[in-house]
Amino acid sequence: MEYFIQQLINGLTLGGVYALIALGYTMVYGVIQLINFAHGEFFAAGGYMGVIVLSYFAGLGYMETHPVFCLTASFALSMAFCAYLAIGVEKIAYKPLRKESRLAALLSALGMSIFLSNGLMLTQGVYDKAYPSELFQGGLSFGLVTVSYLQMLIVCLTGALLVGLNILVFKTKIGMAMRATAQDKTMSALVSISSNRIISLTFAIGAGLAAAAGIMVGLYYGSVRYDMGFVPGIKAFAAAVLGGIGNITGAMVGGLIIGMVEIFGAGYLSGEYKDVFAFIILIAVLYFKPTGIMGENIDDTRV
Amino acid sequence: MSAEPILELRNVHSGYGTIKALKGVSLKVYPGEVVAIIGANGAGKSTTLMTICGIIAAEKGEVLYDGKKINKVSPEKLPIKGLCQVPEGRRIFPRLSVEENLILGAFHRKDQEGINKDIEYMYSLFPILGERCKQHGGTLSGGEQQMLAIARALMTQPKVLLLDEPSLGLAPIIIQQIFDIIKDINEKNGTTILLVEQNANLALQAATRGYVLETGEITLEDKADALLHNPEIRKAYLGE
Ligand SMILES: Nc1ncnc2c1ncn2[C@@H]1O[C@H](COP(=O)(O)OP(=O)(O)O)[C@@H](O)[C@H]1O
Ligand SMILES: [Mg+2]
Repeated sequence: MEYFIQQLINGLTLGGVYALIALGYTMVYGVIQLINFAHGEFFAAGGYMGVIVLSYFAGLGYMETHPVFCLTASFALSMAFCAYLAIGVEKIAYKPLRKESRLAALLSALGMSIFLSNGLMLTQGVYDKAYPSELFQGGLSFGLVTVSYLQMLIVCLTGALLVGLNILVFKTKIGMAMRATAQDKTMSALVSISSNRIISLTFAIGAGLAAAAGIMVGLYYGSVRYDMGFVPGIKAFAAAVLGGIGNITGAMVGGLIIGMVEIFGAGYLSGEYKDVFAFIILIAVLYFKPTGIMGENIDDTRV
Repeated sequence: MSAEPILELRNVHSGYGTIKALKGVSLKVYPGEVVAIIGANGAGKSTTLMTICGIIAAEKGEVLYDGKKINKVSPEKLPIKGLCQVPEGRRIFPRLSVEENLILGAFHRKDQEGINKDIEYMYSLFPILGERCKQHGGTLSGGEQQMLAIARALMTQPKVLLLDEPSLGLAPIIIQQIFDIIKDINEKNGTTILLVEQNANLALQAATRGYVLETGEITLEDKADALLHNPEIRKAYLGE
């Protein structure tokens, strides 16, 4: 029983991270019907930005004196950096192809993914980069179940970001404009919504969330690597498809399911195959229910 | 009729790639007028409105609004200047609520109080929209969607309202209601209206002047009354 609860908490942590990444896929797809294969790279770049900022502060000795400030600054800077990176990527690699076939943009996305991941390798090196480790030692124990402070931080922050995103998309005027753009770009223009700005915003939000996930993963596993975006990227994509691509709630639920399945699969079945479960789910969804579990039934939460 | 047209097309050509839909359209709309463009299916009526709004680029010629050339102005800037279109097929945002559709009509406006007041005003103009305000736009009937489309356009506070086939697919009684409201908008708010219709009878009764569009060219221009009594028009467009 304790083992089960422990796994549940681990699954929640991992699932939240997948959910954050999955949102970027699903929102971009919802607005411009493109699967942004370069999205995993924003996650990796975010992880790197985080370690760069935190190491800088650690070097100044601020990590001991102002840990909250350091963390906040690393998240803020990294999310902002990736948001602008994504806006740039969209302008360079996708916008010129908007009137072309969807395949052209898809290939451009694949190219961008390779370009960005190589860019990370060239600027940051091929070896793992360690996160400053003095943060978040320890945790709380409830009998045999231990929740580390870091897990608490990740779960709380993820929750806050997911709630914030929901409010932005479903309660604000700009969120309304985003959904309108996803539904009819010509009509949106006729009510003075600039689709270029909405598309930029969508990329920025998606990449910002992925960057936050990148820092969380860096903190959780203690290091980042230039190619760290690939596997979580595909798993988050599986999560987005599972939830019904284009559907915001779907991406959140899909991320949690993929995270849980991975943790429980690794815990109860086989640790060596942990990366396989997400792909089995992806294939099963595409085969049996390509619109995903929330695809077109609960249409409220499509972008 | 005041001296300067508020909207003018000068020898406008446009189309879709190799398809030339407009071949030199010229027309003028003066402030306060209701002008009708009538023409058969495929004549280029919708293309004319989409070209005015900048959704389709004019390949040649000029579109002038309020005396200024707007060919190169991006389409989302035009509602801010008071030029607004209710497109063919209404194009309600289907998965946005009725109220959200209205709010987006006022997307460029900052006067929250005025926006709230206008929404209430729309609900008094179209009580059915008030009853359905939380419902998704896509679940409304055709007539209700047409009302919502007009209300959404009014939320932009237009000086010139372009209407593309507001009668399309609606029951006669609803059509009458819609046209009464169009007339009201013109008379009470002083909004200038450019109305596009296949239903020539209806359009010419509502309009002060009319143009006849045939395969991308204006073939006739006259007072609406005169067009209504023109034997050729009666034969070609009024089924006599
Ligand atoms: N999206 C499009 N792509 C290609 N041709 C189009 C498109 N829309 C309209 N057309 C063509 O342009 C011409 C004018 O169409 P349209 O302006 O829609 O006519 P109307 O509104 O008078 O019925 C027609 O020949 C039509 O087939
Ligand atoms: Mg038409």
